[in-house]
Amino acid sequence: MSLLMPDFGLFFWMMLSFGIVVFILVKFGFPAILQMIEKRRSYIEESLLEAENARKELEEIKTEAKKIQDEAFLNRKKILDETTEIKNALIKEAKEKAFIEAEKIMEEAKKQIRYEKMMALQEIKQQVAEISIAVSEKLLQSKLNDKPAQMEIINRMLEKMDIGKFGN
Amino acid sequence: MKCCFVYIICFLAFSPFKILAQNNNYEGKRKEIDVREIILTEVSDSYEWYITTWKSKSISIPLPVILHSNNSGWHVFMSSKFEEQPVYKGFYIAKEGKYKDKIVELDENGKEIRPLDISLTKTATALIFNSVLLIILIMSIAHYYKKDGIFPKKGFVILMEMLIVDIYEGVIKPSIGNDYRRYAPYLLTVFFFIFLNNLMGLIPFFPFGATVTGNIAITFTLALFTMLIVNFSGTKEYWKEIFWPEVPAWLKVPVPLMPAVEFIGIFTKPFALMIRLFANIVGGHSIVGGLVCLVFVTVKLGTTINVTMSALSVIFTVFIDLIELLIAYIQAYIFTMLSAVFIGLARVEPSHKQAAKEVVKQV
Repeated sequence: MSLLMPDFGLFFWMMLSFGIVVFILVKFGFPAILQMIEKRRSYIEESLLEAENARKELEEIKTEAKKIQDEAFLNRKKILDETTEIKNALIKEAKEKAFIEAEKIMEEAKKQIRYEKMMALQEIKQQVAEISIAVSEKLLQSKLNDKPAQMEIINRMLEKMDIGKFGN
Repeated sequence: MKCCFVYIICFLAFSPFKILAQNNNYEGKRKEIDVREIILTEVSDSYEWYITTWKSKSISIPLPVILHSNNSGWHVFMSSKFEEQPVYKGFYIAKEGKYKDKIVELDENGKEIRPLDISLTKTATALIFNSVLLIILIMSIAHYYKKDGIFPKKGFVILMEMLIVDIYEGVIKPSIGNDYRRYAPYLLTVFFFIFLNNLMGLIPFFPFGATVTGNIAITFTLALFTMLIVNFSGTKEYWKEIFWPEVPAWLKVPVPLMPAVEFIGIFTKPFALMIRLFANIVGGHSIVGGLVCLVFVTVKLGTTINVTMSALSVIFTVFIDLIELLIAYIQAYIFTMLSAVFIGLARVEPSHKQAAKEVVKQV
């Protein structure tokens, strides 16, 4: 029966030592350990969350990069197209200009030619007249001495010859 | 893991010898094996720490006896004095009667009375030794945590952390609920206190081997602490449920049947804690003792039976010892878990019925 009766002496020592154990461990022992364990857990949780966030961010950045790349590609294409267009336009314009210029030059040249031709004709006329005169002179020297009267006759005759026929 | 094996082997190897030695001691005196006596000695307290018997002389470590007698005041002396003279300063150890194996003195009428006895008995010494060990153990671990912060630990510390986290997360948190942090240190202290004392009780040689948790005074104090904490942390709702539970009115007035039952419950819960731990540890040690005694009991029956029974006894002892290891953990775990559950019940918030009503209202 003594087994089931709490002994006072032992009860006293148990109260004392268990009380001290509880006091020390509750005050200084376990809180420190539990605090660190909890801290570590929250640290791990945070780290995991951060890693997850970083992963997401990376994903976002990747999509962003892809987007930018695509945009750049499009832009390049656009710029290329534009350049080609401008090039073509420029070439066309240049051609047109060149054509107009050429036209102008041709016109100029034609004018010049016409002028030259006129001048040449004039000269030819002159020369023809002179030659005619000379011929006539030689021809008429013998017959005619009245030069002015002869000249008049010749001029009249030349005009009748219609110089315009040589104009082209 | 290696430590674990070393421990188990030591423990298994020595366990029978201890009882063998004790048995020799008794044989020297009586020449007759009293199994009951051997087992009771194994689980009960004594004024000296018996180690072994060497050449028919028992070797034990004397422990201080501290007494206060109403007649002669305080006395402090070593228990070895009783070996020299059976009656020392009027005190002697009762051989039989109500105070068997306890120190008694005679009053004027020649009646045996107990002086106030706070001797450092075997159990008390082991208790103090284990308490100091526990404080050193936990404080050194706490020191590691303070020093290294949140970084992972190594070796023994990680083993302790495993136990701590297991109890903290698996028992305390789900049992108590919201303010588990407040009670966690106490409950962990209780767990490690019981676990360490259980383990120390299993190691059969000095300075271990005292069945501390197999003593009713120890489990009584543990249960008392839990009871005080449970009832001091009781909410209004907890007390209301005890004195005015939600049962049909005729169960409450005029005869307060349910309140009485609930009120008795305050004491039966820790009482169950006390008896459970005590009975498990005493039971386990008794079985080991009984099995080892088989060796000596069967001596009379002839060599063949004796050898067979001895072999069987060793096998069974090893088996029971392994179960004891398990029980050492399980009992500490159960005590902690039930304490946590009782605290959780005392922290009850206004009943679920009201909460349900509020939900209905909101809907």
